[in-house]
Amino acid sequence: MSDPHSSAVADAAPITRDDVVHVARLARLALSETEIERFTGQLAAILDHARDVESLDVEGVPPMSHPFPLVNVLRDDVVGPCVDRDEVLAMAPAVEDGRFRVPPILGEEP
Amino acid sequence: MSATPNDGLTTAASIARAVRAGAASAREVLEGYLATIEGREPEIHAFNLVLADEARAVADEIDRRVAAGDDPGPLAGVPIALKDNLCTRGIPTTCSSKILEGWCPPYDATVVQKLAAAGAVSVGKTNLDEFAMGSSTENSAFGPTRNPHDTGRVPGGSSGGSAAAVAAGFAPVSLGSDTGGSIRQPASLCGVVGVKPTYGLVSRYGLVAFASSLDQIGPFAGTVEDAAILLDVIAGHDPRDSTSIPQAAAPVAPTLHDGVEGLRIGLIAELAGEGMASDVLGRLHAAAAALEAAGAKIGEASIPAATYGLSAYYLIAPAEASSNLARYDGVRYGERVDAPITGEMMEATRTAGFGDEVKRRIMLGTYALSAGYYDAYYGKALKVRTLIARDFDVAYEQFDLLLSPTSPTTAFRFGEKTADPLTMYLNDVCTIPTNLAGHAAMSVPFGVGDDGMPIGVQILAPALGEVPMFRAAAVLEAAAPTTGEVSA
Repeated sequence: MSDPHSSAVADAAPITRDDVVHVARLARLALSETEIERFTGQLAAILDHARDVESLDVEGVPPMSHPFPLVNVLRDDVVGPCVDRDEVLAMAPAVEDGRFRVPPILGEEP
Repeated sequence: MSATPNDGLTTAASIARAVRAGAASAREVLEGYLATIEGREPEIHAFNLVLADEARAVADEIDRRVAAGDDPGPLAGVPIALKDNLCTRGIPTTCSSKILEGWCPPYDATVVQKLAAAGAVSVGKTNLDEFAMGSSTENSAFGPTRNPHDTGRVPGGSSGGSAAAVAAGFAPVSLGSDTGGSIRQPASLCGVVGVKPTYGLVSRYGLVAFASSLDQIGPFAGTVEDAAILLDVIAGHDPRDSTSIPQAAAPVAPTLHDGVEGLRIGLIAELAGEGMASDVLGRLHAAAAALEAAGAKIGEASIPAATYGLSAYYLIAPAEASSNLARYDGVRYGERVDAPITGEMMEATRTAGFGDEVKRRIMLGTYALSAGYYDAYYGKALKVRTLIARDFDVAYEQFDLLLSPTSPTTAFRFGEKTADPLTMYLNDVCTIPTNLAGHAAMSVPFGVGDDGMPIGVQILAPALGEVPMFRAAAVLEAAAPTTGEVSA
């Protein structure tokens, strides 16, 4: 994509099985072989439909990520009531010493 | 509802009036609705959870307050159903997902607090497409909701449970959320009023996030007046939502019956032809004629980029969802599938906890945001979003309001559109542009189709255009043919 304003969608290659495997890993989803096949076809169809925007001229059009211009919202730095820690931890899958407990991060012995 | 046990108290307005005046008790009103729920809920499955005992306690407290001379508020004793993606403290909030099954939020959504302060009585949490992703409620992990007008058909979605609850007489009003049509489309399919307010008018604090730049909470009701009363209660600035509009908006109820004399209303040409069923178009043109007869000036409007909204939406919403749903990792809340290493635990948890459609959207969004594809998909979609907003700006120089179908067809049958996700997505073509622009829109029932199923007409308004939008809705409601009532 040498020119960022060219028809960018047209330049994108169709989504492949390898792409789906890669994206599933990024999204932390384990897909079965059947799911990989099905998602590849379905995502390809959806992305292909999205190519209808190629007929629109978007050169120089600014992106709109939000309905209204977002500005910083400031407030006075005053301590107020907050969510109760015990109530939050009571809903966690595993806790220890007032904290969320997770298995080892790197796989070594805890 | 011919056999209602509620003595004609079937609207929020009449219930609140009677309860505030001491002419009816909140508890008696509630018992009537609970009896209706008990009778037909097994068939409809509008609710993930019915809160009968909790509701009785609240209703009794309201009756005590009225007896003591207090005014419980504008929704005094009004039963209301809440979409199960609205946080309710200590009460399960599942988003119809296995990954949140059993989770009880440690706080109430702002709208839930406002309803309580206005005297409303929550009767339950309603079913939805998992995490509000879908147009039929078939994506719920707990089974679909059925359309009260024909239980072989979907109620629409994602707020299908909230729409069906009102249509079946389980509550006079309910709340849903609308990211791409999730209030308006089920309202149309179930024959009730559904409102997607201007982005930022209603606080999103405590609404479980799907696509944060598009999500908005709004009312369902059997009448336009009830929707107006409910919207006025839940609207307003909230410091806990940084996207909440700071200035106060004008309430809609006081001017509800001011009519449409002189209002300029445009039929959106791009949404009034190809892809729309002929009976739906018939009702649309009948609605335009009714508005014209009431004094509105009807013309043809053009939103050239409108139909491209679908493509933009199905990149933007999944992109935001893939980010928002990263939080479901088995660490802080919800289900966890154990594994020896944290990364494996997260993957196992998400794989077991999310349903098919949620996985598909996470995949789509992650792909659209991933290195090498960002400009081609997400970046381009954001530019198309600008084009749609500009098209609306131009149209609203000529018109006060716009008109279109809400849904291209009446309610479809179960399984009809589940095989191909794209077919399901095409349902949202009329409703999506409003979310992309951050504007307001609502669906008002306006007769039935060739199959006897309800058809809604969509009234669109610019940002904070709720006041004229509701005036037009009231005119349409008064002119609407009486549809076959739901037989209990």
